[in-house]
Amino acid sequence: MTENFNTSRRAFLAMAAAGGAAATLPGAEARAQTVQTTARIVIIGAGAAGTALVNRLVDRLDGAQITLIDPRVRHLYQPGLSLVAAGLKPADYVVSTTTEWLPDGVTLVEDAVSAVDPEVQRVDTEGGESVEYDFLVLAPGLMLDHEAIEGFSRDMIGTNGIGALYGGPEDAAATWEAASRFVEEGGRGLFTRPETEMKCAGAPLKHTFLIDDRLRRADNRGAAEILYAAPQTSLFGVPIVSERVRMLFGDRDIDYSYQRTLRAIDAERKIATFETPDGTEEQDYDYIHIIPPQRAPQFIRDSGLSWADRWTDQGWVDCDQYTMRHNRYDNIWAVGDVAGVPKGKTAASVKFQVPVVEDHLVAAIQGEDGTETYDGYTSCPLITRIGRAMLIEFDYNNNLTPSFPGVIAPLEELWISWLMKEVALKATYNAMLRGQA
Amino acid sequence: MEELTLETMIAVFEEIFGTGLFWSMVAVAAIITVGYLYVLIRDHNLGMRRFLIAQLFMPVGAVLAVWFVMFMTSSNLSDIGGPVDVIVFLGIAVMGAIGMSILVYTVESLFFRDKLGD
Repeated sequence: MTENFNTSRRAFLAMAAAGGAAATLPGAEARAQTVQTTARIVIIGAGAAGTALVNRLVDRLDGAQITLIDPRVRHLYQPGLSLVAAGLKPADYVVSTTTEWLPDGVTLVEDAVSAVDPEVQRVDTEGGESVEYDFLVLAPGLMLDHEAIEGFSRDMIGTNGIGALYGGPEDAAATWEAASRFVEEGGRGLFTRPETEMKCAGAPLKHTFLIDDRLRRADNRGAAEILYAAPQTSLFGVPIVSERVRMLFGDRDIDYSYQRTLRAIDAERKIATFETPDGTEEQDYDYIHIIPPQRAPQFIRDSGLSWADRWTDQGWVDCDQYTMRHNRYDNIWAVGDVAGVPKGKTAASVKFQVPVVEDHLVAAIQGEDGTETYDGYTSCPLITRIGRAMLIEFDYNNNLTPSFPGVIAPLEELWISWLMKEVALKATYNAMLRGQA
Repeated sequence: MEELTLETMIAVFEEIFGTGLFWSMVAVAAIITVGYLYVLIRDHNLGMRRFLIAQLFMPVGAVLAVWFVMFMTSSNLSDIGGPVDVIVFLGIAVMGAIGMSILVYTVESLFFRDKLGD
């Protein structure tokens, strides 16, 4: 990325091209055609999905009353948490503010949603405010159920060899405190993942690979034992990727065991209790990485928006996996982590879901049907050590869908894939938030 | 990537460097390029002595460019893992080399032409 700017000629050509292209941008012209409407649109959640969507909607709609509802003052660039938890980036690398990404002319209600009434088309907040809508988008993200792990609470992160990087920048930085002691002292490291759906299923693997690499760089790998314990019967949801990870685990001397669901920890004695098909099993550890079960926010479940027969313990929104539209309410869509679709709790999925929701929402305002579909695309730059990653992209059918076929091999550990994660990903994410990518 | 348009690329580069820095760098690069074109047109030929000196700076530019990218991305030469990595690596080096030679030639021609002659 950066190398382009050392050379004047390339930059000059790029600028000349930019000048030329600016004169002939039919795509931009076509998209700039706005739709006149007085529709009331409510978006619950101003995270990656809600923000990206609202920035696109304000370009498409003229006169719409758009309201976002989100109590969070901070915006978190969550793909960066793995880097913070490995000591590669400071905590503030992932932090910005919610409001800096929002366009003018939309209303932000800084409050948490307590209930949605899809019949009368109204959203109530915990602060007692009620907002009526014609169209509703559910993008509140998900809840980390830390309490589900007996004996564990977030204030323990960073102490007694306990890490848990998902909770935010402070948790990720505290995780690195605990992990770096493990890197120095060695011992037994346990790396877990939950049995529920989770955001970025690659993150538990990345953390394992990064801490393994940290141990090697500290010349201390011989003093450490690493066990990756998964509730599932594979290392990754996509079989071909799972096999590749299995080979890499072999190469790195990382042990793994399946059908191990973390239920409890004893922080004083440093013992973790797993549920297995044959009863419970205790494992001692010097470092443990905990990823709690993940569920839809309570108001989603309480408002009757969840699937009735799927993920009943998790409550994801009952929506069509191709259009993201609610299966029972025509004027409601789900986007991002909360959506009840088989894959796609990543920022990369958001990037592909948002234009689909935009298309169907704008079409619905005009009394038409949208045409765009989401095929389950997800991307995961699966870091395998500092300086290398595998750029894994796939869809609902577990097909690999490489963006650069024949150039960037998805199952190979490459420097270029690391460069993308390190340099281009946050920039692409930010451009997505602004509705530009 | 859904669509890699020029608009997207510019948005991404603006995010990497910040809008101000990005366009400043584009401006600096454009000024050097204009300067280069200016001396070429003014002199009607390449000053071979200046060109030779500029070429001698090419390895320096190559090493600087590679070092800069490695440093900025917590990477190491041993991270190069496949053919595409070698291509990226060489591309960075080549761009650094060419950029440096253009810079050196332009500076020589603008400020040291009398000393260096043709």
